[in-house]
Amino acid sequence: MKLTVWTYEGPPHVGAMRVATAMKGLHYVLHAPQGDTYADLLFTMIERRGHRPPVSYTTFQARDLGADTANLFKTALQDAYDRFKPQALIVGSSCTAELIQDDPGGMAETMGLPVPVIPLELPSYQRKENFGTDETFFQIVKALARPMQRSAHVSANLIGPTGLGFRHRDDIVEVTAMLEEMGIGVNVVAPMGATPADIARMGAAHFNVLMYPEHAEAAARWAEKTLGQPYTKVVPIGVGATRDFIAEVAALAGVPPKYDDSRLRMPWYSQSVDSTYLTGKRVFLFGDATHVKCMARMARDEMGFEVVGLGCYNREFARDIRALAKEYGVEALVTDDYLEVEKAIEDLAPEMILGTQMERHIGKRLGIPCAVISAPVHVQDFPARYSPVMGWEGANVIFDTLVHPLVMGLEEHLLHMFREDFEFHDEAGASHHGGAAKLRALDESPAAEPEPAMAAAGAAPAEGNIVWLSDAERELKKIPFFVRGKAKRNTEKFALEKGVTQISVETLYEAKAHYAR
Amino acid sequence: MKDFAPQPPAHGCRNAPVLKERGQREVFCGLTGIIWLHRKMQDAFFLVVGSRTCAHLLQSAAGVMIFAEPRFGTAILEEKDLAGLACANEELDREVDRLLARRPDIRQLFLVGSCPSEVIKLDLHRAAERLTQRHAPHVRVLNYSGSGIETTFTEGEDACLAAMVPTLPDTNERQLLLVGALPDVVEDQALGLLRDMGVAPVRCLPAHRAAETPGVGANTVVALTQPFLNETAAFLERRGARLLSAPFPFGEEGTTAWLWTIAQEFGVDADTFARVTDAPRARARKAIAAAAETLRDKSIFFFPDSQLEIPLARFLTRECGMTAVEVGAPFINKQIVGPDLDLLAEGPVIAEGQDVDLQLDRCRAARPDLTVCGLGLANPLESEGMATKWAIELVFTPVHLYEQAGDLAGLFARPLRRRALLSGLEGAA
Repeated sequence: MKLTVWTYEGPPHVGAMRVATAMKGLHYVLHAPQGDTYADLLFTMIERRGHRPPVSYTTFQARDLGADTANLFKTALQDAYDRFKPQALIVGSSCTAELIQDDPGGMAETMGLPVPVIPLELPSYQRKENFGTDETFFQIVKALARPMQRSAHVSANLIGPTGLGFRHRDDIVEVTAMLEEMGIGVNVVAPMGATPADIARMGAAHFNVLMYPEHAEAAARWAEKTLGQPYTKVVPIGVGATRDFIAEVAALAGVPPKYDDSRLRMPWYSQSVDSTYLTGKRVFLFGDATHVKCMARMARDEMGFEVVGLGCYNREFARDIRALAKEYGVEALVTDDYLEVEKAIEDLAPEMILGTQMERHIGKRLGIPCAVISAPVHVQDFPARYSPVMGWEGANVIFDTLVHPLVMGLEEHLLHMFREDFEFHDEAGASHHGGAAKLRALDESPAAEPEPAMAAAGAAPAEGNIVWLSDAERELKKIPFFVRGKAKRNTEKFALEKGVTQISVETLYEAKAHYAR
Repeated sequence: MKDFAPQPPAHGCRNAPVLKERGQREVFCGLTGIIWLHRKMQDAFFLVVGSRTCAHLLQSAAGVMIFAEPRFGTAILEEKDLAGLACANEELDREVDRLLARRPDIRQLFLVGSCPSEVIKLDLHRAAERLTQRHAPHVRVLNYSGSGIETTFTEGEDACLAAMVPTLPDTNERQLLLVGALPDVVEDQALGLLRDMGVAPVRCLPAHRAAETPGVGANTVVALTQPFLNETAAFLERRGARLLSAPFPFGEEGTTAWLWTIAQEFGVDADTFARVTDAPRARARKAIAAAAETLRDKSIFFFPDSQLEIPLARFLTRECGMTAVEVGAPFINKQIVGPDLDLLAEGPVIAEGQDVDLQLDRCRAARPDLTVCGLGLANPLESEGMATKWAIELVFTPVHLYEQAGDLAGLFARPLRRRALLSGLEGAA
C-alpha cells in the first residue's frame, strides 16, 4: 500500500475514456461499480463537453456480486449497442471489476454483435492513465487499420490528441496549417474527432505525425511496422523544435520545407531589451515527459533561463528524461509523489516553476511564480481562446505564459533600489493576484519587527549550527522577497563550506560575491 | 392553542406508487462524503483503503482542498497487496503508524472501505479494532464503507455516523440530539433557536472534536437534519433513542414544521414558539418571495443524487410555486421522508433507483423548465437547450433553516435568471 493524497494520473480506464470520448461513433462499455461514473465530470466540466462521454458503466452494486455481474455486463453491452449503434465498441474493466474477473472481452465475443468489439487489458494496479490512452488507441488501431493504397496526394495522419489533453484542440489546428503550407494533406486525425471508419483508412497516409508520444507511441510503432508508415520524432513545441519538425516532415514527405512564420513574434519578444532581465532566471520543470522535454529546450535556448531541475511523473519515459537531465547537467526527478516534487523545488529554490496544476499549488505555497505547461490541469487551462503550444503561434502563446507570472524587469530594478518599500514588500502580495495589499506605515521600519529570518525567508532553519546575527538577519530582509530564499540558502551553504558558524552582514555579501553571475 | 403544523394537500405522495428502476446509475459513491465530513470533524482523518480510482475521485471532487493539508488520503492497493505477497494488515498498520506519527493532531481515524477493499474482503473492521488498541487512548480508529457497491453519495455520511453510534458513551440524560453534518453557521442558528425556546440540552452528531462526542440512551430524542441518515437512525434507535418524525428543515414551512415537532416534544408553548420564530419566519418568507417570482409555475425534474430530492421538491412546490414532474431519489425510506411525502401534492412520478438512459428519455419527453442533476449530465442537457441546476451544490451550500431559505430558492432561480439574461447570446459549441 502507498498513502496518496494527490495523484498526477488517474487509473488506466480513465485513459481509455479519454480515447473513447475523443472519438465519434465508438462506444466504451466499462465493467465498473456504481460511483465510477465520477470520471464523466472530467469531460463535462473540466473540458466543458456538451455531451455525455460515450461510456456505459455496468454500475454493479454489492447485491450483484456473484454470478450476476457477468449478466449485467452482457445486458449493458447489448443495451449500449441497441441505443447508440456505434461503428465499434471497446470493452474492459475498471480496478474493481478486474478483481472479480468477469472477462469482458470473452463475454463480448460470445454475443456476436455485428460490429467490431475490441477488448482492453488495462492492469489497474500497475499502470496509470497515460498507459491507458496509449494502449487503448493502439488496440483500436491494431483492430481496425489495414495496409492500403497510399493517397495520391502526399498526406499524413496526426495521432495522439485525446480528450482532456493539454491544448490538444488548438495544437491540431496549428500542425494542420504547417502541413498545409508544405502541400501535405491530413488524412486522419486520431483519436480526437476520428470515427472507427476513419481509423480503418489510416493506412492511406504516407506517414504519421506523432503529436504526443504519451498517447500514441505504441500505435505509431505498430503502423511503422505493419502499415509501412514512418513517424515523426520531433514534437513541434518551441521555435527551434518547430523548425526541426518542419525539416523532418519535409524529409519524410519528400517536399521542400516551406513555411510562413510571418506571425511568429516570440524570437523578437525574447531578444528585445525588455526581456534582458529574464537572463539566467532559474527554472524548475515538471510534468509529462514530452512537454518537459520541449519546454526545457525552450527555457534554455529561447528564453535564456537557467534550467536548475527537471522531471516527469510518467515512468514510461524515465529513460528519456534521465538522458535529458544529463544534457542539462541537472538531476532528473522521476516520481509520481508530489511531496517529492515539492521537496526538490524547496531545495533548489528556483525563481520560476513550469509544471502542472500541482506545481501551481506548490508554487503558491512557497511563493514562487509558476506557469502551467502540462496535464493534469484544471478548467482554466481549457481556455475559450485559441491557445496552442505547438508551432509558431504556440511559441507566441508560451512566451506570454512564461513572462506573465514574473515580476516585470523595471519593477525588479525598483525593488532592488528601494528595498523593502513601504508599498511593495512580501506581505503586500503579488501585483497580479487578488487581495488587498497591506501597506506599511511610513514610520514603521521592517527591521523593527521581531521576526526571525527563517519565517521571513519562508525556508527551513539553517543547517548544522549556523546562527544568523541580528544585523545580518535585518540585511537579509532587505533583499527582495522573490530572491530572498535563494540568498539565504546560498549564504548558509557558503558559510558551511567556509566553516563559518555565525553569519554576519559581511558573510552575506561575501556569499553574494561568490555566487555572482 | 395555536398549531404550527403545515396543512397537507388533499392527496399527498406517501402512498403514490414508486417507480423502481435498476440499470446504469450516474451517481457518486459514498467516498465523496469525506469532502465535507473532514471539514466538519476537526480532529478526524479519513483514510480510504482503495485503488488509484478512489484517490482520483477524491482529488477530482476536492479540487483546491487537496492543497490545504487535507485530513484525508488513500492507501492505494498495489499488485503485491492483491497477490497475497504482502500482508495487507501489516501494510495498513505501517501506513497508519506513519500517518499518526506525522499528525499528532489526529484523534479519530476512519478506515474507509472502498469497492476494491470490499471485493478482496479486507477486514477493515478488525483492523480498526486492532489499531485502536495500538493507538489508544490518543486515537480511536473506526471503520465504515464508502464504496460504490454499498453506498450512494450522501450515504457515505450515513455510514460514517452509523459507525460512531456504537462507540458513543451511555447516558440517561434527557437530551435532544441533532444528527447530520451541518455547516457551522447553520448549526449555530439551530442551537440558537432551540436555546431561545428553552429546549436543553441539545447536542450534535457529528461533534467538531472527538472530546465533544455526545452520549446516547433511552432518554435521548433524535432530530435528523438530513434525510439520508437511515442507518444512523436505526443504530440510534437500537441504543434506545427515540426518533422524531418531521419534515426536513428546508424553507420557512419545513423549518417551522421541524422546529414545532421538537417544541411539542419538549413542551414549548405556542406563544414562546411564536416569539422565537415570528421574526425569522417573516424574513424567510420575504427572501423566498424574491426568488419565487422566477420559479412560479415552472416545472422541475429531479434526477437521483442525494436523497434530498423529496424534501426539496416539497419546498419548491409548496413555497416557490413550482410543479414537480418527476422526483427521483437513489433510495426512499418512507419512515424518514414520510412527513415530506405527505406534504407533497400528488402528481409527480416518484422514482427510486435509476436507469439513466430511460430516465433521460423521460426527461427529454417532459422538457421540464428546470432539471436537477449531477455534473455528468448538466452540460450535456444544457447543450440540448434544457436549464439545469447541478445537484451537488445542494450538499455543498448552507441550505437548511430560516436564514438560508432565500439562498436555497435562489440556487434554483439562478440558472433560470441566467438563461433569461443571456437569451440574446447567439452561437454555441
